Amino acid sequence: MRQEEREPVLKIENMSIVFTQYDRGMHQTELPVIRNLDVEVYAGEMVAVVGSSGSGKSLLAHGVMGVLPYNASMGGRITYCREELTGKRMEKIRGKEIVMVPQSTAFLNPLMKIGPQIRKGRKDEESRKKLRDIFRRYELKEEVEKLYPFELSGGMNRRILISTAMIEKPKLVIADEPTPGLDLKVAKRAMEHFRELADMGAGVLVITHDLELALEVADRIVVFYAGTTIEEASVQDFEKEETLRHPYTKALWRAMPKHGFQYIPGTQPYVKNLPKGCPFAPRCSQCTGECSKEIPYRTVREGKVRCIYAE
Amino acid sequence: MKILNRRQRVILGIIFSIIFLAAVCIFGSLGTEAARVTDFSRKNLAPCAEYIFGTDWLGRDMLVRTLKGLSISIFIGIAAAAFSAAVALVLGIASATMGKTVDAVISFIIDLIMGVPHILLLILISVALGKGLKGVVIGVALTHWASLARLIRAEVIQLRESPYIQIAAKLGKSKWYIARKHMIPHLLPQFLVGLVLLFPHAILHESSVTFLGFGLSTEQPAIGIVLSESMKYLVTGKWWLALFPGILLVATVMVFYVLGESMRKLLDPGSAHE
Amino acid sequence: MNRRWYIFILKNLIRIVLLTVCISIVTFALMKASPIDPLQANVGQAALGSMSQEQKEKLEEYWGVNTPPVQQYLSWAGDFVRGDMGTSLLYRQPVTKVIAVKLSNSLMLLAIAWILSGILGFALGVISGMNRGRLADKLIKGYCLIISSTPAFWLALLLLMIFSVWLHIFPIGLSVPIGVEASGVTLADRIYHAVLPALTLSITGVSNIALHTREKMIDIMESDYVLFARMRGEKGWRLFRYYGFRNVLLPAVTLQFASISEIFGGSVLVEQVFSYPGLGQAAVAAGLGSDLPLLMAITIVSALIVFGGNLTANILYGLIDPRIRRGGAEK
Repeated sequence: MRQEEREPVLKIENMSIVFTQYDRGMHQTELPVIRNLDVEVYAGEMVAVVGSSGSGKSLLAHGVMGVLPYNASMGGRITYCREELTGKRMEKIRGKEIVMVPQSTAFLNPLMKIGPQIRKGRKDEESRKKLRDIFRRYELKEEVEKLYPFELSGGMNRRILISTAMIEKPKLVIADEPTPGLDLKVAKRAMEHFRELADMGAGVLVITHDLELALEVADRIVVFYAGTTIEEASVQDFEKEETLRHPYTKALWRAMPKHGFQYIPGTQPYVKNLPKGCPFAPRCSQCTGECSKEIPYRTVREGKVRCIYAE
Repeated sequence: MKILNRRQRVILGIIFSIIFLAAVCIFGSLGTEAARVTDFSRKNLAPCAEYIFGTDWLGRDMLVRTLKGLSISIFIGIAAAAFSAAVALVLGIASATMGKTVDAVISFIIDLIMGVPHILLLILISVALGKGLKGVVIGVALTHWASLARLIRAEVIQLRESPYIQIAAKLGKSKWYIARKHMIPHLLPQFLVGLVLLFPHAILHESSVTFLGFGLSTEQPAIGIVLSESMKYLVTGKWWLALFPGILLVATVMVFYVLGESMRKLLDPGSAHE
Repeated sequence: MNRRWYIFILKNLIRIVLLTVCISIVTFALMKASPIDPLQANVGQAALGSMSQEQKEKLEEYWGVNTPPVQQYLSWAGDFVRGDMGTSLLYRQPVTKVIAVKLSNSLMLLAIAWILSGILGFALGVISGMNRGRLADKLIKGYCLIISSTPAFWLALLLLMIFSVWLHIFPIGLSVPIGVEASGVTLADRIYHAVLPALTLSITGVSNIALHTREKMIDIMESDYVLFARMRGEKGWRLFRYYGFRNVLLPAVTLQFASISEIFGGSVLVEQVFSYPGLGQAAVAAGLGSDLPLLMAITIVSALIVFGGNLTANILYGLIDPRIRRGGAEK
């Protein structure tokens, strides 16, 4: 519907991230931490990439922002506002049009006061005023500007971090695990801040492990498993198990407390011993020999799925 | 594409370092007599094909003298560094594991040693022991353990407080098991690297005190003495007396550094990513 | 400033006093252990031979040969604290006076070398750490490796060869006889004589500071907050100014004050080569000439300088780091 009419702000196609490592002695091996990742984010929309820990989802943000460690290499194609997002282009718009909100205040410079830090050292009246407005909006006192990160109270942290995004005019906001270890109420409030950013017109990509929370605020959910996006579904699809497409997503659905809290047998495979084809195959009850072949990412009922049996 | 990856290059470096040091030691030990031979028919020769390091005012071959001096210095350095490392290991572990009082005492001694500039401490010990060879060896051995002991102490404390060892202890694993399975694999590489990196310090300090005139006699031409003697002849333009022995000394010390750093690169688990 | 910090500094001071006392005891014990006979050293072999037994006993009593070591130490330490450090055998003057002259000569040298090597080492370390793995980093690392493998005395010899013997730009320190007093020498003269020693010390001092700063800089560049800053579009000079500089300055300052001991050690060697009449050369002369009162006094004075440097570092840390200044939960 609306998605066909407009161009996405961000479109990631077939992204892969590979680490080079020594294993034993002088042998070098390659670790494909992300294999197949496809995500689209539209303006005014909030998309949540949901995956359990160890699925490689934090690297997604680093890959898009172009700050991967030097022993990692990235493949695939990233498009931002119709044009390919090359490293050079990224350097120009990074921190201006595309902003990232980190997990915690450990990502703030411990020796720089909050105010100048959010303003990135800018001293002009316009950015000062803008910051004051943001603080008013988030009910932060003006004195907070003069504090150092270690002096912040836990309650302020989330609002300070999101202020770093608000001070710019972002078209795309990426939030990496914005609710680590927060209790439900605080976590929900934090997620709502991102919802507001989307409602103001930005595209928001939230990377999280918390499916339930994501369902409350996001428009679309992208399920990420062992370095691969296996399904893309609207939030409405999660109302019933039948409207979901991939066996793993269905298992996730059944694992939610309100749907019976069912345990998913087995564990997510480690990147070094990933099976060929579908990464979920070893844990899947419908698995056949076909599943170890290349699995296409295809459109099924207005969503996408990487499973040959989904319909 | 590089022909060799990083680890292979590092190993190549280690092999070359060891060959270089072994060569210096072997030729130095063989040349004990040749280093003393004086021959006035060939005195004060500038470097030439036959005597590539030149000869001195007594007609001694500077190449032989340099190798002999370096080999003496390397032996002293290795002996002193090995002793220092052993002390560091014992005191470092004792400091970290035997309770507060022991820790306080050992830390205090470390501070004490580090409080006096190193060279001055070596002079003091040398004077106390009567300025002989003994004084230099004991001095170098007694003063180099402090920083390594401090490192080992910090490492053991950090290990002991790390969650996985605390959990292993709670799971009822014996102290010996924890030490063997969890502590030693971490400590040993650090210790070995620390040991190798003690050599260059030991040699530098040994050559420095002997240069100043403490310790070894002219009969035993340690590299510091060779250089100290040549200093007197510098003014007369005999540059080769100080230049070549010095370059070889620098090369020797550098090889030890490269050896230590290479081992660090190989043993450090973080290097897997490079 | 919070109370904990004051207590920390106070403890530091007490520790310094304790350490100094212990150093004086150890030094005294080492000197006692030395095979040098105080009578011979002080009076001279020839004079001793011509003395009667009675005179010798009188002298032995004067030098305290027969009093127990503890008592000897206490009387020496008591005099020392009151400012009487004994008489130098080599210079035939009160040790206090000798040290005052030598120290004032050395201080200029040490200060120049300390400041130059500090600034240069910091700059090189920062450049190297921010360009890790690139050409600049490799060059700086290589330079540091060569310098830390080079004994200070040989570098001094090398510079002496190049600048004095070969180019005739600077004086050959060797022509000045050992023990010449600095009085009657003009300031320009002193600077002229201090250039090469100061240069040597600065060059050798750089590597340690540069390598440590580089390590810290690399840690900082890999930290989460720099990663985030980069994601916010910060790079180059701004990244360094707002994120690198503040965080690397703190450890660098500490290290710089802790490096006084090394610079002092280097000065012993360098002063010897250039015959610079400073404290280091006096220490060597005292050691070689068995001038025990002077050697002991120099040891204690240099220890005090080293401890003073460490204390300054601790105090500065508290002044610069807001986590301590504002009394946060720093652990």
